Amino acid sequence: MTPQEIYDRLKTKFADQVLDLTQNVDPFIRVRADAIAEIGLYLRDDEAMGFESLMCLSGVDYPEHLTLVYHLFSTSCRHKITLKADVGRDGPRVPTVEGIWRVANWHERETYDMFGIVFDGHSDLRRILCPDDWEGWPLRKDYQVQEFYRGIRVEV
Amino acid sequence: MAEISRGAADVTVERPGLPRVADMGDDNLNSELMTINMGPQHPSTHGVLRLEIKTDGEIVEEAKPHIGYLHRCFEKHAENLPYPQVIPFTDRMDYLAAMNNNMGYVLAVEKLLGLEIPERVEYIRIIMCELNRIASHLVSFGTYGMDIGAFTPFLFAFREREDIFDLFEMTCGARMLYNYIWVGGVSHDLPPGFIERCRHFLAAFKGKLNEYNELLTYNKIFIARTAKVGVLSRELAYSHNITGPNLRGCGVKWDLRRDEPYSIYDRFEFDVPVGMGEMGTLGDCWDRYMVRIREMEQSARIVSQALDQLPEGGDVQAAVPRNVRPPKDAECYVRSENPRGELGIYVISDGSNVPYRVRVKSPCFTVMSVFDELARGHYLADIIAIIGSIDIVLGEIDR
Repeated sequence: MTPQEIYDRLKTKFADQVLDLTQNVDPFIRVRADAIAEIGLYLRDDEAMGFESLMCLSGVDYPEHLTLVYHLFSTSCRHKITLKADVGRDGPRVPTVEGIWRVANWHERETYDMFGIVFDGHSDLRRILCPDDWEGWPLRKDYQVQEFYRGIRVEV
Repeated sequence: MAEISRGAADVTVERPGLPRVADMGDDNLNSELMTINMGPQHPSTHGVLRLEIKTDGEIVEEAKPHIGYLHRCFEKHAENLPYPQVIPFTDRMDYLAAMNNNMGYVLAVEKLLGLEIPERVEYIRIIMCELNRIASHLVSFGTYGMDIGAFTPFLFAFREREDIFDLFEMTCGARMLYNYIWVGGVSHDLPPGFIERCRHFLAAFKGKLNEYNELLTYNKIFIARTAKVGVLSRELAYSHNITGPNLRGCGVKWDLRRDEPYSIYDRFEFDVPVGMGEMGTLGDCWDRYMVRIREMEQSARIVSQALDQLPEGGDVQAAVPRNVRPPKDAECYVRSENPRGELGIYVISDGSNVPYRVRVKSPCFTVMSVFDELARGHYLADIIAIIGSIDIVLGEIDR
């Protein structure tokens, strides 16, 4: 299926939860952040969609908001799609998709670690790459490295 | 919300039915789980990793990997450097397959730019990537033997790996970490004598594979340690997005080079080896190991075809752009087949000469996330066999 066909189907099924389709080098569909889990489950379980793998889950820090990007791929149908969901910069929350694609467990932990986005319903939301007591969200554009970590000056 | 988590991703995992102390029927024997920390370092030193293992006697009940000891925040570095200067950082992610990492990143940037690459450059890149794949699988093969207690295969593997490194050295001066593949070209043309030396290597390498098989693959002890251990099912692999030799080890014929050819992979003839359950169970450690051995042969085939078809002459830097500035807001996600699985690179441009965001999906990261599932219910000693068989590089997991 082409991204346009996938978008049309999603639009019919989820109406205003699905916002728009943007043409780009890789086209992407913008959806509402709180609907991401339902949409993900549909995309995985519907026969014509068959997105059984989540290739990548990333966060992006735009000046106005944070964005979550889900790259999905279906081996059985040989098509792919990108979903994007915007969340606010203050106290961002989004439902987890860990129950849909298990790999999301670690990806979401990494996104939490780097951007401070909280995934509601996640079974084990801890920092994964930075130490547990690290301060700040390193991949946010306004990140300032903490001056001391456990009494040791942090060299930048 | 809760409904979604319940209904989904319930994949059953087969576990060996080893006897637990609790099952022995003696109420006076109280078994308590013991926590063992392996690392940071040991798990047979594929990098700095810590495993927090809960055991019931000899049997692993839970194995939690703790990663991040090599975290350098590649993605943050990339946001502060012009596009071409990011390439050396990609070398240092999966340092055993640096050429392939260069390739993945460069493919993404070239896709954003819509750049046409000279024929000769495409061939040189394929030759380098496949040689590097052989070198990387050689390390995997050698260290796997060593993990399990066979020292000799390691020496054999490194002997051949040195020959490949000699080829890289005569081309670009570096034996590891090459910064060789550039946006639009490569850093050096093939030097005189490269082709003959490469052919010489390939001719000799064929026989070496038989040597490895005699030495390790069909060794009785090796089979006893790896067969029916760490069985990965197809469903679990999909759900954890496991790719590359680990996915093919459970019998899935999926290889980006064949199924979604990038660069010029569609011009070569090669097979995609998959696990066949030859030692009893499909998707066990032995199957994953064997896929790599067979892949080396196929990579050698690709290199030799590429050498035959290699076009003459031309400047290898003819298409290298002076200023890399992809269009504003352009973004793409590009996958390429690395020795350890699919490397995904997601690049977003803001129209300047510095990427707005670079995201790397590391194949080892997703494999490590399934490790707990693989290890549960096995003997403690099998942990090492499983770690070796999934072939991880911590430099890439942590980035």
